[in-house]
Amino acid sequence: MRVNGAERQAPGSARRLLSDYLRGDLGLTGTHVGCEHGVCGCCTVLLDGRAIRSCLMLAVQAEGHEVTTIESLSPEGAELHPVQRAFQECHGLQCGFCTPGFVMAICGLLAENPDPTQPEIEEGIAGNLCRCTGYASIRRAVRRAAELMQEPPPPASPGTPPTARGRVVQSPPPPASPGTPPTARGRVK
Amino acid sequence: MKPPPFEYHAPNSVARALELLATLEDAKVLAGGQSLIPLLNFRLARPAHLVDVNRLPGLDRVYERDGGVAVGATVRQSGAERDPLLRERCPLLPLALRLVAHHVIRNRGTVCGSLAHADPAAELCAALLVLGGHVVAESTRGSRVIAAGELFRGPFETALQPDELITEAWFPTHATGEVGVLEESRRHGDFAMAGVARYRDRVALFGVAGTPVMADPDDPTRGLQPSGDLEASPEFKLHLVRVLVARAYGRAG
Amino acid sequence: MTTRWFGAPVQRVEDERLVRGRGRYTDDLDDGALHACFVRSPYAHARVRSIAVEAARRAPGVHAVYTAADLPFGDRDLPLLIPHPALTNGRTQRCLASDIVRYAGEAVAFVVAHDRYLAEDAGELIEVDYEPLPVVITPEAAAAARNLVHEDVPGNVAAELTQHVGDVDADLAGAPHTLSLRFRFERAAAQPMEARAVWARWDPGERRLLVYDSTQSPTSIRGGLAVLFGLPETSVEVVAPDVGGGFGPKIMLFYPDELLVPYAAMQLGRPVKWTEDRAEHFLAVNHERGQVHDVRVGFDGSGRVLALDVDFIHDAGAYTPYGIILPIITAAQTTGPYRVPSYRTRFRSLFTNATPTSPYRGAGRPHGCFVMERTLDAIAGELGLDRAEVRRRNFIQADEFPYDTGIAWQDGNRAVYDTGNYPALLDECLRLLGPRPAGEDVGMGLGVYVEGTGVGPYEGAHVQVLVSGKVVAATGIPSQGQGHATVLAQVVADVLGVDVADVHVRSGDTRRFQWGVGTFASRGAVTAGNAMHAAALKVADKAKRIASEQLEVDAQDLELAAGAVRVRGAPDRAVPLAAVAILSNPLRYAFGGGAEMATQFSSRARAGPPLADGEQPGLEASGFYSPAGSTWASGCHAAYVRVDPRTFRLEILRYVVVHDCGRVINPLLLEGQIQGGVAQGIGGAFYERLAYDDEGQLRNASLMEFLIPYATEVPDVVIGHLETPSPLNPLGVKGAGEAGVIPVGAVIASAVEDALGILVSQMPLSPQRLFELMQRSASSG
Repeated sequence: MRVNGAERQAPGSARRLLSDYLRGDLGLTGTHVGCEHGVCGCCTVLLDGRAIRSCLMLAVQAEGHEVTTIESLSPEGAELHPVQRAFQECHGLQCGFCTPGFVMAICGLLAENPDPTQPEIEEGIAGNLCRCTGYASIRRAVRRAAELMQEPPPPASPGTPPTARGRVVQSPPPPASPGTPPTARGRVK
Repeated sequence: MKPPPFEYHAPNSVARALELLATLEDAKVLAGGQSLIPLLNFRLARPAHLVDVNRLPGLDRVYERDGGVAVGATVRQSGAERDPLLRERCPLLPLALRLVAHHVIRNRGTVCGSLAHADPAAELCAALLVLGGHVVAESTRGSRVIAAGELFRGPFETALQPDELITEAWFPTHATGEVGVLEESRRHGDFAMAGVARYRDRVALFGVAGTPVMADPDDPTRGLQPSGDLEASPEFKLHLVRVLVARAYGRAG
Repeated sequence: MTTRWFGAPVQRVEDERLVRGRGRYTDDLDDGALHACFVRSPYAHARVRSIAVEAARRAPGVHAVYTAADLPFGDRDLPLLIPHPALTNGRTQRCLASDIVRYAGEAVAFVVAHDRYLAEDAGELIEVDYEPLPVVITPEAAAAARNLVHEDVPGNVAAELTQHVGDVDADLAGAPHTLSLRFRFERAAAQPMEARAVWARWDPGERRLLVYDSTQSPTSIRGGLAVLFGLPETSVEVVAPDVGGGFGPKIMLFYPDELLVPYAAMQLGRPVKWTEDRAEHFLAVNHERGQVHDVRVGFDGSGRVLALDVDFIHDAGAYTPYGIILPIITAAQTTGPYRVPSYRTRFRSLFTNATPTSPYRGAGRPHGCFVMERTLDAIAGELGLDRAEVRRRNFIQADEFPYDTGIAWQDGNRAVYDTGNYPALLDECLRLLGPRPAGEDVGMGLGVYVEGTGVGPYEGAHVQVLVSGKVVAATGIPSQGQGHATVLAQVVADVLGVDVADVHVRSGDTRRFQWGVGTFASRGAVTAGNAMHAAALKVADKAKRIASEQLEVDAQDLELAAGAVRVRGAPDRAVPLAAVAILSNPLRYAFGGGAEMATQFSSRARAGPPLADGEQPGLEASGFYSPAGSTWASGCHAAYVRVDPRTFRLEILRYVVVHDCGRVINPLLLEGQIQGGVAQGIGGAFYERLAYDDEGQLRNASLMEFLIPYATEVPDVVIGHLETPSPLNPLGVKGAGEAGVIPVGAVIASAVEDALGILVSQMPLSPQRLFELMQRSASSG
């Protein structure tokens, strides 16, 4: 199988879950394990470009396929991937445990649908749990990621020091009126 | 929560897969794994053998035959959801599919796997029933067609013999506009507390009995004796059935 | 000192690493560790007749199997963390049960193997002979006491405490109107995305123990392990690395694994790790929220409360390691922002055969808030008054602070509110809420709360300016997502006049800072923030002293800005902080990097020793903050909801929070805390519950059936701010961590009641519950 572009051998034990293989055998600990029954989404990776739950796949099943994990998005020292950057800009993470799963799911979403509507964004993030953020900032991050992936980054506003971190930013204000369109389930209309 | 030990087989041909199912004691088919692997992780299922059918050639097709559309055993739910042939010929199916779990689960889960798993709350099982579809079950003994009405025997129980493999599901062609799938679940993607699949004047209920069941649109709860579950009592399920059927027919409900 | 960073929505410094997937959570550590798992009781109450482990010991890959009999501390009860005089029958469990188990999930054996798969295989080979005993599950059953959880605890009563202000009986008797109400809260759980994990290594040569633990208090774990293993505490190091959410259950200390993993590491000569899986997290990690309240309220014709009498029972679970903090908080936080002339609160903390309880975000405040808010709604309903108006008539007014409630608070003092403006909160909240949406089936809900935050005993911090000019700081409290590294860097950066990006904060690592209490009770910004501030001020003062010698200017004419110490009004007369750091350490030998300026022939001659009396080398200092009392945040939530009249599906149309946590250090992070808290509140109000059956089995011990809301269930919250700074600490801040969750249950209940016209007095709700309530209400006419 290929993991992040490199050829890898499947483990000897057929029952070893893909999530454990990535974390334990390959040291790719960016993919996290939250439930091992496919509900929380922390373990989401890309298989041949499509988002899947690595806790619901045996590592041996990945033979002949391409697995992409969070580590591949921005190799050491490189710029953040637009989705990652969007999460940072929009405060889309607090403890960070669910974040790689969200980022990979969103990468899968935006690869198939680069300019999703609000309902499509909602649908796209509806399968991942976050216990910290309450999702509002994650919604904003997806919208921002789609923007970033389609256009060059906006210039820094005047007076902003050029460091990547610790910079005073104009965070987008929370919507003064409810902005998310209706679906069947309890949301702001 | 780690799976118990098992022997793993990944046959490269249908013939080999059927041979394995015929000769191995206590074997389970592994397709999408989205239902089976959680059971393995909880150690609620402990099969001695897993026969992985994902590498079987020729089972990933969606094609027309006999006035309907056949969906092969390894067709993913997300692929089926996007498939233009199904959208055009079997519009009920995409409606049912978008209610199945979440899109990430659907990227691995298979249509036939859901039918073989026979969860009483499964949308796809009700879709097969209300449309009057069937599955093709193959074994070393030959091939047979199992109609939807015969397939589902009880909760997680089908008419399949241990040595049989569903190689395709078949859904009759139908028109759009008179189809609908409605369900009440707690969160997005959750199992239905009660659900309705409608095609014209045919209604199949799911989540309210041991299998999907056909119902009379004018008296949908007649003869229905649902068991309660954590989120809905039998009375509430009956109530939801009446509401959902009325809404499926555009009546006030 | 600048004010450039305080109050700015600075992006987090933590994110760079976390979004890359380069976080270091406890399970990410391996280093050749053996893997452990537990065998836990499937019975809620049973005598343990025998435990057979030989087959497990022989299983492939197994290094050790421990039962209580194998442990030198096997017959020792785990610590009772917070004693209290009213806790007359406190009980704690042992590491591993050997005699009797009292909740499903109680640990019985501990297996250490090559990997978790093999450990679980071996665990299945352990045969335990249980003799089931009668089970007590609900708080009501515990109170009825037909069966006992502990043989020697009559009535299942761990503690009983009554407090009162005024003469409740007389004032109730004399009140023009009275109401009797009952409110019931089911058990709930925090369920952080990262379950618990512990990793330990024993170095026999150095005789040092190193433990990584997904805990909210590394300093406490360190102290306890030192005592348990007879080690000097300086030989025990505990680190909380990146932690994937805490929310309270990780402030419960000395879970059995926190002793067993280090013990096994010491015994086996290899690092040992244990990572909890979600299934065991449901049973093994403390729960909360179970209480039943009986309320009598007396009020006058204008809706003013004259007397409030609350009698409640608290579900402690099978053991009481955390004492009675939860019911104490509920008792203290019931009257909330209101003036209640006579108040009596009595509670009994009762044992049940279920997982022990300890704080989960809100920690007793949601109950108190629900009781008071629903009572006020009931009063409004009874008198035909507007719900907001009834609240206005009962508020403590803005000029009545400090306000002494007369009720005991969790820090051992009384609850005395420092500042607040509750009428302004309500008015602003209603203004932001806006008009009721058109359409049927819409309801409006309202909830106002106060929140005691910033409890002591203290926190500490250390700040050091390096010779590079960069700043490193450390504090004892760990983070579980709150962004302390950013917030605390902002505080330091302002004092030292540097860029936030140049301040690196380490937290939760006893190797870097060994003193402190922990992260809980919305106290991080208040305690660690003020400690950082104190430490940074000392560093700034020292920097000015050293620079004043160099510049030959009075220290009070100097300021710190732009990474230098400079003369106020003449900024070109400056010494860079880096140089000050070098100069602070008199040297004999230069080692490059400008060090030569501090050597004996370069530096300015001065009478006396190079290191003056009372001085220490280095541009560093420690600071501590110990609050005399808690500081009181507050807020108002309001919402519009629509409830489908047939399916009882809940749709939240608009949810507004106006929040007052005093001065705000980082508004971006604060809003994240509020939005996240509201999400947990929505979960607790309409989705999540722990479904125990009569046998004490948890029927929904998985995330498929324990319903944490997805994004589709949680709206964007509209957030407004009010600031009544706290006079109790130099930064004027109050805590914010739990604010989002406290009144949500009350708001949802209030809104659903308004939409459906039925009485709602329980948490959580669900479509099923609403269906039942509607049926009951219809049949009673």
